Amino acid sequence: MSLNRRGFLGLTSGLAVVTLAGCGTSATSASSAPRAGGRLRAAFAGGGAKEVLDPHLANLFVEAARSKAMFDKLADLGGDVAPQPRLAEKWEPSTDLTRWRITLRKAVFHDGRPVRAQDVLASYARILDPNRAFRAKSSLALIDLPNSRAVDDRTVEFALKRPFVEFPNALAAFGAYIVPEGAEDFTKPVGSGAFSFVSFEPGRSVLLQRNPEYWEGAPLLEELEFVIANEESARTNALLGGQVEYAHDLTPTTARSHASSDRMTIHRAPNSAVQAFAMKLDRAPFDNRDLREALFLLADRPQLVESVLAGSGQVGNDLFGKGYQHYAGDLPQRERDVDKAKFLIRKAGAEGLVVKLDTSTAAAGMVEAATVFADQAKGSGLTIEVVQGNKDTYWADTLKNGSLSSFRSGAMPIETHIAQRLLSGAGTNVTKWARPEFDALYEKAVSTSDQSARTQAYQEMQRLLHTDGGYLMWGFADWIVGAKPNVGGISTAPANTLDWARFDKVWVG
Amino acid sequence: MNLASYAARRAALGLVQVLAVVTLVFFLVEALPGDAAVALAGDNPDPARIAQIRAAMRLDLPAAERFAQWLAGLPRLDFGESLVSGRPVAQFLFAGIGPTVVLAVLTLVLLLPISVLVGVLAALREGSLLDRALTSVSVALHSIPEFALAVVLIAVFGVQLAWLPPTAVGADVLAEPAVLVLPLVVLLARPICSISRLVRAGMVDALESDYVRHARRLGIGETRVRFAHALPNALAPAVQQVARTTDWLLGGVIVVEAVFVIPGLGTVLVDSVAARDLPVVQGLAVVFAVTTVAVNLLADLVAFRLAPRAEVIA
Repeated sequence: MSLNRRGFLGLTSGLAVVTLAGCGTSATSASSAPRAGGRLRAAFAGGGAKEVLDPHLANLFVEAARSKAMFDKLADLGGDVAPQPRLAEKWEPSTDLTRWRITLRKAVFHDGRPVRAQDVLASYARILDPNRAFRAKSSLALIDLPNSRAVDDRTVEFALKRPFVEFPNALAAFGAYIVPEGAEDFTKPVGSGAFSFVSFEPGRSVLLQRNPEYWEGAPLLEELEFVIANEESARTNALLGGQVEYAHDLTPTTARSHASSDRMTIHRAPNSAVQAFAMKLDRAPFDNRDLREALFLLADRPQLVESVLAGSGQVGNDLFGKGYQHYAGDLPQRERDVDKAKFLIRKAGAEGLVVKLDTSTAAAGMVEAATVFADQAKGSGLTIEVVQGNKDTYWADTLKNGSLSSFRSGAMPIETHIAQRLLSGAGTNVTKWARPEFDALYEKAVSTSDQSARTQAYQEMQRLLHTDGGYLMWGFADWIVGAKPNVGGISTAPANTLDWARFDKVWVG
Repeated sequence: MNLASYAARRAALGLVQVLAVVTLVFFLVEALPGDAAVALAGDNPDPARIAQIRAAMRLDLPAAERFAQWLAGLPRLDFGESLVSGRPVAQFLFAGIGPTVVLAVLTLVLLLPISVLVGVLAALREGSLLDRALTSVSVALHSIPEFALAVVLIAVFGVQLAWLPPTAVGADVLAEPAVLVLPLVVLLARPICSISRLVRAGMVDALESDYVRHARRLGIGETRVRFAHALPNALAPAVQQVARTTDWLLGGVIVVEAVFVIPGLGTVLVDSVAARDLPVVQGLAVVFAVTTVAVNLLADLVAFRLAPRAEVIA
């Protein structure tokens, strides 16, 4: 059997994506008027032994969804993957962007204690603990914690190690949840979220109930139960058999075959996961720009979207974050041009060259995409040989080894994508893109409060990546969720943005 | 040698076997590419972060030292803690054993009478239409793999007809026994065939044997001849097969657990190997090894009781 590891956030830190014209909150539901009460059972893939309720340790989609139900972050990502205030009512940077004053909303934890500035500082101190390895740590690492302080119970002042205009992205980082000061034992978690904890059976289910005191208004559902079904077919069957009302992460094939069914409604969140191939620039053969361009031109993107994603997606233009804030949408769309590709391959003296394309089942569709792409490259003079590796260690393996590999990522702000993957010192720089002029542009973008200068820097960085970069981003997959037709309020916001798996807005009709 | 000293010797040997299995499993999992830190880091394989996770999990200790530490806890039945979640391994084992044992016991409770009955019926009517029908059906059923049967049963009875719940997702298997019906059918299908075939063959042999002919000559009633004299001998070969089936069931049948969403030992195994969560894998290895040794010992003792022969003990 194959465990579906898409549950393993294809993502990285914060995620989000855009939806129709930047409106991520649009609820698309066939159901009638919102109705209060009832229990919703939601089936997710889980991790069994790996599952935890500690929101700072969250790693899987199910953990992210549960954390979101029980806890709040200071900020979260909206439809255009720009940060929106959540527990923070507002943020005000100093003019040099190194001190940020954050005013907290009036909110209470499930045990009745108010959410105070001290809780915020303690939560971040826990994440930044040098002896631990929480996922949000790298995003929050620029906070100078000893020099940050609680001005009063509802005001925090953060000192930063360097000027950073995108600090709210860090507040929205994956796993940067606010927990009560001193919280270490999460067997009965206490948060400030829309649902409070009732019971947990690892690998099987988590039961939550409505928090009537929620600062944003109590949820409609009386109870919310997360159940675990690792196999996609099992989630689909459970939904069809009426055992759950919501099934997370279905395949395009399932979506296609049940699109007109009266037993389930398919909800698609566009632009949720980018699908790509990554070429390494620091080694042969893709240190040669001509060969990179040849691959860009060999990809038949509409065919990849149609075959690998079963049509549930859109073509990409080798840039991350289609439709997100700062996306360079005016660069020309790349099209397949086999003749030019052949010419470039000859020019590079690479005729007859065999390139290994590393892939694995670590994310759905990667092996299929690699196979289709290898087929598209036939007859170009360059032979692509698909090599399937170990799925459990795939991301670490391809970060170091090989020259061409399958890649997939969930949504996150374009700034985060650059910081984590494209700066010379970035920790997960798969393409080994290292350009001092690019690093300088990034520095400029994040340390200026001049909006137009920042926009210009982002455009310039993306232009460089589009012509010279190592990511062949061929498509954006829809995120697919199935639900009973009587379930309303399901947003089409991309995975891990604020409105994804946001059950406080959902109702059962 | 009497039964007790034989059992004691076998148990001691079993202990050595369990230790050997556990050592082998430790070093095999150690030899898998990547460790728990790499698996946990997933698609965010920042080397700095992996190093931090590794330190937090204390994976930076040499493998031999970690193995020794784990071994030291074993006599106290301390299986250690899961690397990933920090919860005691015993908790995982305990949670997984429940559903697996429930399924295994129910399967066996149904399996034994049905397969013996089918085997005996076929043997008593050897060569008849009934015998040939039973043979054809069981050979056909035996050739269907579990996952295929499971998928078909779910599609027909779970989804199309909606007679039975298609999965056991989120359910407490004891509180909602309906969720167990389809998994039980899948688990029973093949063992019924193999065991009833063995019973049939054993029964046919026994009925033609000298001692049965002698018993008939002594005027013992036919029912008593069949069930008191022939049947116990016919069962002896089937006992080994029942033991193998029991061992298979108690190991957690991964395919059936995955398709029906039953969070048993098989699921725990798949999850923990994928996460390289060594202490949990180790704990499972102990459970599986102990089960195998115990079930086989028990089977030998039962076979010996049914048909005492010197070679069983040898």
